[in-house]
Amino acid sequence: MSRPASRIESLFARLRSEGRAGLIAYLTAGDPSMDRTASLIAALERGGADLIELGVPFSDPVADGPVIQRASDRALRAGARLRDVLDVARQARRRSETPILLFTYLNPVLRYGLDRLAQDAAGSGIDGCLMTDLSVEEAEDYVQIMRRRNLDTVFLAAPTSTPERMRLVARYSTGFVYLVSRTGVTGVQASLSEATAPLVRAMRQITDLPLAVGFGISRPEHAAEVGELADGVVVGSAFVRLIEEHAASPELESKLESLARGLSQALRTKK
Amino acid sequence: MNAQPDARGHFGPYGGRFVPEVLMSPLEEFERAYAEARNDPGFRQELEDLLRNYAGRPTPLYRADRLSQSLGGARLYIKREDLLHTGAHKINNCLGQALLARRMGKRRIVAETGAGQHGVATATVCALFGMECVVYMGVEDMRRQRLNVFRMRLLGAKVVGVDAGSRTLKDAISEAMRDWVTNVSTTHYLLGSALGAHPYPMIVRDFQRVIGDEARRQILDAEGRLPDAVFACVGGGSNSIGIFHAFLDDPAVKLVGAEAGGRGNELGNHAARFLMGTPGVLHGVYSYLLQDEDGQVAPTHSVSAGLDYASVGPEHALLHDQGRAEYVTVGDAEALEAARILSRTEGLIPALESAHAVAEAIRRAPRAHDQVFLVNLSGRGDKDIDIYRENFPDLDEPAGQ
Repeated sequence: MSRPASRIESLFARLRSEGRAGLIAYLTAGDPSMDRTASLIAALERGGADLIELGVPFSDPVADGPVIQRASDRALRAGARLRDVLDVARQARRRSETPILLFTYLNPVLRYGLDRLAQDAAGSGIDGCLMTDLSVEEAEDYVQIMRRRNLDTVFLAAPTSTPERMRLVARYSTGFVYLVSRTGVTGVQASLSEATAPLVRAMRQITDLPLAVGFGISRPEHAAEVGELADGVVVGSAFVRLIEEHAASPELESKLESLARGLSQALRTKK
Repeated sequence: MNAQPDARGHFGPYGGRFVPEVLMSPLEEFERAYAEARNDPGFRQELEDLLRNYAGRPTPLYRADRLSQSLGGARLYIKREDLLHTGAHKINNCLGQALLARRMGKRRIVAETGAGQHGVATATVCALFGMECVVYMGVEDMRRQRLNVFRMRLLGAKVVGVDAGSRTLKDAISEAMRDWVTNVSTTHYLLGSALGAHPYPMIVRDFQRVIGDEARRQILDAEGRLPDAVFACVGGGSNSIGIFHAFLDDPAVKLVGAEAGGRGNELGNHAARFLMGTPGVLHGVYSYLLQDEDGQVAPTHSVSAGLDYASVGPEHALLHDQGRAEYVTVGDAEALEAARILSRTEGLIPALESAHAVAEAIRRAPRAHDQVFLVNLSGRGDKDIDIYRENFPDLDEPAGQ
């Protein structure tokens, strides 16, 4: 492990020293437009987001609930393409050092070419990738290609994952491991899943990698609760829903910033 | 050749398991349950009993003399899957998977349906086994297959309309997967085609192999030899892989799959995956896929809802690349005409899907003297009567005209 620490690794090291969990903010690139995405990322950062998950829109997002499905639809109708997503990342990187994780389904990447994606993502200042529908069993080539460009590979573990699968997920992951807090698709939930704590505990026994928890977290009090257990808290659909509701408004950026701030402050306030 | 797929579900480069992590363990559980069941004589006996006494197997192999004579070439034999209970081959797989679901302790079944035949077969087995049944169906398909929607409801199933994307089979599968991901501890996803993540393509094929196994014996009895060519339609590809499989090791037997040529060659007007598609991942499986240059899945069209899908079973992809099977396209108009011909010469009204296979056999028969053709009539046409009425207005004039 002679390679320099990635931005994602540095982030979690810093969070650990600050004694808090980080806010990981997801948004679908190109919703409502690519130009707007750049300014929405900046708003999330101003609000205290520690890591940006940049979603690549896909025509058939089977892991996503209605909110992100609609965002994907809007982005595709607005003409979003993978190369534009990389451009938006490049713009954000010029402005800040906030780590960016590309969050995507496999097929657009296969079409673009894995080698080409690794090269262009690294060149755009992207720090790693998470492929929603790429299981560790099929990930050998992908992981090697990403490593060559010093890109982190984040994999998902779920409440249904067996201990053997969790070990595989940990072995293939760098940067952090993304724990899906419940069975289901993405989307805002009224309460926290009871599966969260046991999943975090089980994964801690397997790996020293930072653990982020996502799926269904939208409120500051939930974020605070998850922040007590995990190293990162992922919020997606709540941001995307706000973007949907206020896409036409010039106040979208300030609303997004304030939603992020509320969540981020909840993670900074110790009980 | 029968060793396909490998341990991870690959048919050559195709197949595999490309799903969100939540579904990986359930797929492993399903694979284990099947591995145990297939070695359990009790399971095999129960399935055989249901296939015989409930579904109506074996189905006849019928020599279609009037059709053959009218074409003046090959002798056509028709494998009568249309005579099965619920009107299509889908019940073969549904009975098998319902038994597996019961072994796994799953009491709730979700399924997708395009033409409605798989939905009806699923609703039927759920009624038979006392299981809760939810069928996802694109609202466009609900419109064109209204009769089957009603049949499913009459059988006690809940039919959920999917009003996303192209509102057809593709979107129904996505929604069924989302339901499964959410309710995975209680629910089995009863996928109806030889598609999707491993082990579905293998299991669905194995439950449909009975078509080809029977047909091979029957044609040997009737003709004393194997057929020169076997014809089947290919949507996801379950009836075709089911009939092809018995002949894979008989190189002299041509295997011909008919895809939907729809209404033209432009992307969006057909479901000709092998003609216009390139390999990609949709719904958990790497196979030929109709997609745009950015890897977004392309819209498809076919007059037949069951063939209206952007991807195809991975074993077909391998057979295509190996040249072992040949895949051709049959357009909407040809399929409709074949349905009219088969109805008038033999008194068999085919499902629109199956009419694509009939059309290709009709196209080739006149130049195939002394040859024997085997055509899989995978379903009957009752469900398509509204579409036939729309397309044959000359037959639908008011009384007395």
